[in-house]
Amino acid sequence: MSHVAQGRGKYGFIAGFLFAPLALYLTFVIWPYVQTFGYSFTNWTGQSPTFDFVGTDNYAALLKDEVFRGALWHNLLLLVFVPLVTILLALFFAFMVNAGGRGGAGGVQGVGGSRFYKVVYFFPQVLSLAILSVLFGAIYRSDEGGLLNGFLTGLGLIDANHPVEWLNEPNLVLWCLLLVVVWHGVGFYLVLFSAAMQSVPKDIYEAALLDGAGRAQTFFKVTLPLLWDSVQTSAVYLGIAAMDMFVLVSTMTSGQFGGGPDHHSEVMSTVLMRNFLYFGKSGYACAMGVVMLALTMILSVITLRATRRERIEF
Amino acid sequence: MGSTGEGLGRRDLIKRSAALGLITVPTMSFLSACASGGGENSTKGPAKAPVTKENPFGVAKGGKLDVVVFKGGFGDDYAKAWEAAFDKKWGTTSSHLGTQEITAKLQPRFNGGNPPDVVDDSGAQKIPLDVLGKGGQLADLNAVLDAPSLDDPSKKVRDTLVDGAVEQGMLGGKYVVLKYVYAVSGFWYSGKLFKEKGWTAPKTWDEFLAVCTKAKEAGIGGLAHQGKYPYYINVVIMDLIAKKGGLDAVKAIDNLAPNAFEGNAAALAAVEAVYEVVEKGLLMPGTNGLTHTESQTAWNQYKAAFIPSGSWLENEQLKQTPEDFDMKFLPVPLLADSKMPLEAIRAGVDEPFIVPEKAANKAAGLEFLRSMLSREWSTIFAQQANSLTVVKDGVDPGVKLRPGTQSAVEALKAAGGNTFSYRYPDWYSEMDTEIQNASNELMAQRIQPKEWIKRAQAAVNKAAQDPNAKNNKRS
Repeated sequence: MSHVAQGRGKYGFIAGFLFAPLALYLTFVIWPYVQTFGYSFTNWTGQSPTFDFVGTDNYAALLKDEVFRGALWHNLLLLVFVPLVTILLALFFAFMVNAGGRGGAGGVQGVGGSRFYKVVYFFPQVLSLAILSVLFGAIYRSDEGGLLNGFLTGLGLIDANHPVEWLNEPNLVLWCLLLVVVWHGVGFYLVLFSAAMQSVPKDIYEAALLDGAGRAQTFFKVTLPLLWDSVQTSAVYLGIAAMDMFVLVSTMTSGQFGGGPDHHSEVMSTVLMRNFLYFGKSGYACAMGVVMLALTMILSVITLRATRRERIEF
Repeated sequence: MGSTGEGLGRRDLIKRSAALGLITVPTMSFLSACASGGGENSTKGPAKAPVTKENPFGVAKGGKLDVVVFKGGFGDDYAKAWEAAFDKKWGTTSSHLGTQEITAKLQPRFNGGNPPDVVDDSGAQKIPLDVLGKGGQLADLNAVLDAPSLDDPSKKVRDTLVDGAVEQGMLGGKYVVLKYVYAVSGFWYSGKLFKEKGWTAPKTWDEFLAVCTKAKEAGIGGLAHQGKYPYYINVVIMDLIAKKGGLDAVKAIDNLAPNAFEGNAAALAAVEAVYEVVEKGLLMPGTNGLTHTESQTAWNQYKAAFIPSGSWLENEQLKQTPEDFDMKFLPVPLLADSKMPLEAIRAGVDEPFIVPEKAANKAAGLEFLRSMLSREWSTIFAQQANSLTVVKDGVDPGVKLRPGTQSAVEALKAAGGNTFSYRYPDWYSEMDTEIQNASNELMAQRIQPKEWIKRAQAAVNKAAQDPNAKNNKRS
């Protein structure tokens, strides 16, 4: 480092540009992590500057905490289903929009009105999560005023005196939330995959068509392998989103920072916030934060490794 | 690597910077008080008038009065009306600020040593009272309590307040916070609906169930509750326990007794009574998943006969309530062999008003608080904010109030000394949350009363291990 600092001109210039972002990153990203790690070994309440060192007590308590373990399980479920469902749907739609149309004389094209569909699909992405939770709150509303309940009652599928309490049903609540995430995400990944598909040279498709490949074959043999990089990136992003889920769960479900009914929609971040801000167990919450960080990092590495493939040049 | 060494160093650093911060805040205000205070203050500030019986704090005529109030559920019209009355009496010029950003607006002023004279420190962005107290920013309000009451100069202000009002304004052994709003909790119903259907307000739980059954026959729900926030249905359960088991049952829960719920016949009877409503299908359909506004609005649309809530309900629902709804309060009906009478109600205080220690016109601030505790100003508050105050019988009988507030006034009068309150939600938030979860399961018919008792007792036993359990005791 010392010769860089001493060197004037080019090196000083580069160092200047490197130093400011690095300092910002260290101050606002790394330092809070270090602090969190430190606090996780204390019984800090979050309301006063005094606390005692309690060693690994918080981590030991975490292992026995059934609520946190349940939350972890929910996060893992979401981790599997959010990327899987979102990516499959997005791939399907993207393929239909870009290459699903009848192959005419002009070669490969999307289904009719595909431009319109792209806008419609992307629309949910424009809405913020806060608006989304209000919107779906009205859809899942537990009395006959809810969109779903009103619809099902109208069809005579459910009794008006016993409407489905969507977000208050232990077995439904997590899937209801999953649907919101998928609805929100599909549009974005559709556009992402569309862009990737459009960069695939048309002659590859045309060659496949000339050889007599059907739609399914074209998709699995041509499109998917060429899109693998995008799919991989999407899986990591969606995985990180599934590890978070804080906004939706805390605004849509019952309980302080959500998680209801009776912890059935609990995710790690909601348990963390409740302990941090409401129960005054901030040291304990910091231990949860450290566990979350470790898990997210491990999972990202695993996803990237597991999906690693030979890169196809085109 | 020496990670432990590093850790200790870091903790020292935090402690030192925290200590530095603690020293700096008072020092800063001390310095700025020096800079702007002293001789300058006595020339600029109002001259002190002689202290008399009518003017116990020596308010000078024609000074300035600076009032900041939280503009939340109660609005701030009441404060404007008060200031007008104050200006008229004392010839002061008052400045008014109604805001939700209490901390942002006031922290610099407290730090700079020029705080307002009266503050309603409430809402999500309030300055924590314990922080202000530690910084020596809160004036001792004992002077107000010991001053003569404006309504009856032979009485001290202290003796005109409802029971428990003073204890709940104490901080570190000093009375520094005037919690002004008095809220009662129980059931609410529409006088219009009941008149139309020929129903009468139930006195016992059996009568309550009978009205709910009639409501169901009439095609509306019996009981609505704010399902997404089980706090409200807990009010019903806990009030039934209190009324059947008496104050001892309340204290057993607050003091985390090993038999607070388990082995307590009153508790089981109360939970079974609430469960009966669920079992007989007398809940408003879907109420278990609704928010407080959704369920209360449905109730306002005559979709249910009863809803539990506090006396803030009327103001909260002002826009959704039909003009002729005729909102009425009902103390929780009695179970057989109850130790408390029907009239007994849960009552609590809130909405903290303070006078800053360094207020420019502290005398006027104290006088303002004394005036707030007069019947005239209390009536103004009841009219403008649709809520009761801590002044005993504090609303003029001749004044026309909104029906809900009026019925709460009557219920409070009928209750007399039979009021009670629970402290555990403030003392043990985790226990409160666990009991709320259990209630949510009970209302959804996923657990039975016995299981509820078991879970509630487990929450109590867990809270007994809380370090706070040593400090929090009531007798």
